[in-house]
Amino acid sequence: MNLTLKIWRQKDATSAGALKTYTVDGISPDMSFLEMLDELNEQLNEKGEEPVAFDNDCREGICGMCSLMINGQPHGPEVTTTCQLHMRSFKSGDTITIEPWRADSFPIIKDLVVDRSAFDRIIQSGGFISANTGSAPEANSVPAPRDKAMRAFNVATCIGCGGCVAACPNGSASLFLGAKITHLGELPQGQPERYTRVVDMVGQHDHEGFGGCTNIGECAAACPKEIPLDVISQLNKDLRTAMQMGL
Amino acid sequence: MAFLDGTTQTNQPPVQKSDDAAGYYTLGAPLVDPVAPTGPIADRWKNRKFENRLVNPANRRKLDIIIVGTGLAGGAAAATLGEAGYNVSTFCYQDSPRRAHSIAAQGGINAAKNYKEDGDSTHRLFYDTVKGGDYRARENNVYRLAEESANIIDQCVAQGVPFAREYGGLLDNRSFGGVQVSRTFYARGQTGQQLLIGAYQAMERQVAAGTVKQYTRHEMLEVILVDGKARGIVTRDMVTGAIDTHLADVVVLATGGYGNVFYLSTNAMGSNVTAAWRAHRKGAYMANPCYTQIHPTCIPVTGDHQSKLTLMSESLRNDGRIWVPKDPKDADKDPRDIPEEARDYFLERIYPAFGNLVPRDIASRAAKYQCDDGKGVGPLVKEVDEHGVERMVRRGVYLDFTEAISRLGEDGVREKYDNLFDMYARITGENPYETPMRIYPAVHYVMGGLWVDYHLQSSIEGLFVAGEANFSDHGANRLGASALMQGLADGYFVLPNTIREYLADGPFDKIDESHPSVVAARTEVEERINRFMTIGGTRSADSFHKELGRIMWEYCGMERTETGLKKAIGLIRDLKKAFWSDLKVLGTADTLNQSLEKAGRVIDFIELGELMCIDALNRRESCGGHFRAESQTEDGEAMRHDDEFAYVAAWEFGGEDGLPVLHKEDLIYTAIEMKQRSYK
Repeated sequence: MNLTLKIWRQKDATSAGALKTYTVDGISPDMSFLEMLDELNEQLNEKGEEPVAFDNDCREGICGMCSLMINGQPHGPEVTTTCQLHMRSFKSGDTITIEPWRADSFPIIKDLVVDRSAFDRIIQSGGFISANTGSAPEANSVPAPRDKAMRAFNVATCIGCGGCVAACPNGSASLFLGAKITHLGELPQGQPERYTRVVDMVGQHDHEGFGGCTNIGECAAACPKEIPLDVISQLNKDLRTAMQMGL
Repeated sequence: MAFLDGTTQTNQPPVQKSDDAAGYYTLGAPLVDPVAPTGPIADRWKNRKFENRLVNPANRRKLDIIIVGTGLAGGAAAATLGEAGYNVSTFCYQDSPRRAHSIAAQGGINAAKNYKEDGDSTHRLFYDTVKGGDYRARENNVYRLAEESANIIDQCVAQGVPFAREYGGLLDNRSFGGVQVSRTFYARGQTGQQLLIGAYQAMERQVAAGTVKQYTRHEMLEVILVDGKARGIVTRDMVTGAIDTHLADVVVLATGGYGNVFYLSTNAMGSNVTAAWRAHRKGAYMANPCYTQIHPTCIPVTGDHQSKLTLMSESLRNDGRIWVPKDPKDADKDPRDIPEEARDYFLERIYPAFGNLVPRDIASRAAKYQCDDGKGVGPLVKEVDEHGVERMVRRGVYLDFTEAISRLGEDGVREKYDNLFDMYARITGENPYETPMRIYPAVHYVMGGLWVDYHLQSSIEGLFVAGEANFSDHGANRLGASALMQGLADGYFVLPNTIREYLADGPFDKIDESHPSVVAARTEVEERINRFMTIGGTRSADSFHKELGRIMWEYCGMERTETGLKKAIGLIRDLKKAFWSDLKVLGTADTLNQSLEKAGRVIDFIELGELMCIDALNRRESCGGHFRAESQTEDGEAMRHDDEFAYVAAWEFGGEDGLPVLHKEDLIYTAIEMKQRSYK
């Protein structure tokens, strides 16, 4: 396959960036999208041009490190992570536009690499169960209903990639937030901190500059782990209950 | 020989008769674990936890701990030590600790809970693990691991890890390769992710509490030694390029494994050996470096462009049946058109007792031999053999769910393995519900790592090593669902209890940035980076990495020979020379520069690769995933030589141009009898 790539190049956080056009040939449909970029980088290196910086790590669709807006969509045309997107989703001769995540709360570091540390700070604000090491009760002493445990698991599969934020016209992280609130809120262990957790996490979310949710649903449509939109309903419900409790 | 505690020594220290690696190493003094406990095995860890001195809460605040790596072991240790009140600083190369490669583990985590009443116990988990590791692990460490396993599950459940449950709300289990009980706890095919998120959240809680300081996108490039003790690290901020020194009372490395030395592996792209290797060069022994686990159920290689391999959870072997066509002429037929009588379910045939659930090394080798015999399936791929001759081989065997689908229904299979099937479909473009998957072994986990004593302290005082980065628990092979167990046991329970014995002597004399040892370590790093940037050659770091990977897989992979290993050592030495004269790194050192990052890691892999080959050359026996063609039984099974090799090979750095020094730690089993493994 031969492709034309329009890639966002930006030297660092403070420099201006621009789209630059490259061509690559000899791309196999079995390559992952990132392997295609590896190939481009080898070619750039040979030509003496600095390779394109992009984030990636596990290349198994689970670490959440890879990103990229591909033709305006987070992770590209398929509902998957960029590392699991394969070139068979494109045709020879295609022009592909590759940009970093678009959101004020994810500032650009270089080229296609952005800073997602705001997600860590949201977790720090309450996205955990306060269980000290070494004092846990016997695991089976607190049964968890199977359907609730299943739902908790299904939303706990969020990989924190930030695709939901990049997809949202408001730059909201409500899907990420809702997934964590629902994961912990569905389990018996998560109940004691349930309502303080939602207040604290929403507070931090807003403080980081993420936008509000207006139920557009782009986040869930783009989520590579198919986190359902109703976690946002759960988030709002828990927040409302917390408000009624005066928290 | 009987001991006072009533146990019996079941083997004698080995006397090595063969010396294949003569000329490639020098022999150092024998090594012993200076803090190894004795007494009845079931009491050793309990007693040690009591014997180790305490550090009172007011003093903990005055003690600084550096933890490098924030996966299961590092993240759990940071959470626990932070909660205990120490000042902890953590470092990871990713943008968030939540990305550590522990997250990619799929299948599960073992624990001797005996919830199924099928005869499980701490002792049985201990026994299975030592046997699975082909009697090349330390019994003290493995027993402790088995003992802590049950606590891990309690801890994780309390943190909200959503393990699979039965309808009554209690935890579910499944079985894994190499064992006959159901002791594996799991969260569908994403157990590692859920456990890691648990540890990460516990650690972030401490960040908020102010006990843990988190440095992301930081890479450790040197360890700082003062008076022989580890007192800090030198890091590079991967965003700004700033070289910084961080000082502490103790340093913990929890930096994972080095499987990426093979280039193609199931490791994350960033997984590297640099932290461990820099420590090795400063005096930390590297133990059993040639012990690599080859995982049997990976998606096969399709071509030269590939950057990594993807593992399909071993749990698939619970329901999937592995076969190849009996007749090589059927290799490119649609598998659905091959009738039952023309299929060879080779694992079930050769190993009737364990069938498709034989341990990883056995399953891997069996698949390789089928393909070597021309019975492999999938695309023809080009290979170069030991004599430099090119050949075309099919590297794949079928993993077939037809029978499981007819028994459980497609929905039943989907519920158990959904994400794995999706992943397979995405990567291969084939639907595994309709046609059997193709799998082939790939490099997965390394059992070798920095040598540690029972307290997880390396041969450098004050440098502790946890999780995959140390060598101690898995021996020559690793059973399924035991890596997550080790990471979390070390992080949550072992290290926090052993490190206090060391820290009870602290706080140590304060040092500052101007201390000559600190300045020297920092200068070393700066000069090294400068050297990478100024070679000005023609080849990318990646191209050297790929070449190293091909050498390692061909000569130090699933099957090794004396001739092959000697050849590999020569090739690697040439590659190292080429690296230092022909490397090309563009860009500058004061910004994010991924080529520069790779260069530093690749040269460390090259040096490690040479040591791996020397270790493999010395060990003229087959055990676990390490198969020396010169040492096999009449029917082609791995043959150990306990009389010669029942030792840990701990290698000391012999200087830039010197030979590595081999220290042998005898493996003496008192609570378990050494036997030849058999899964037939």
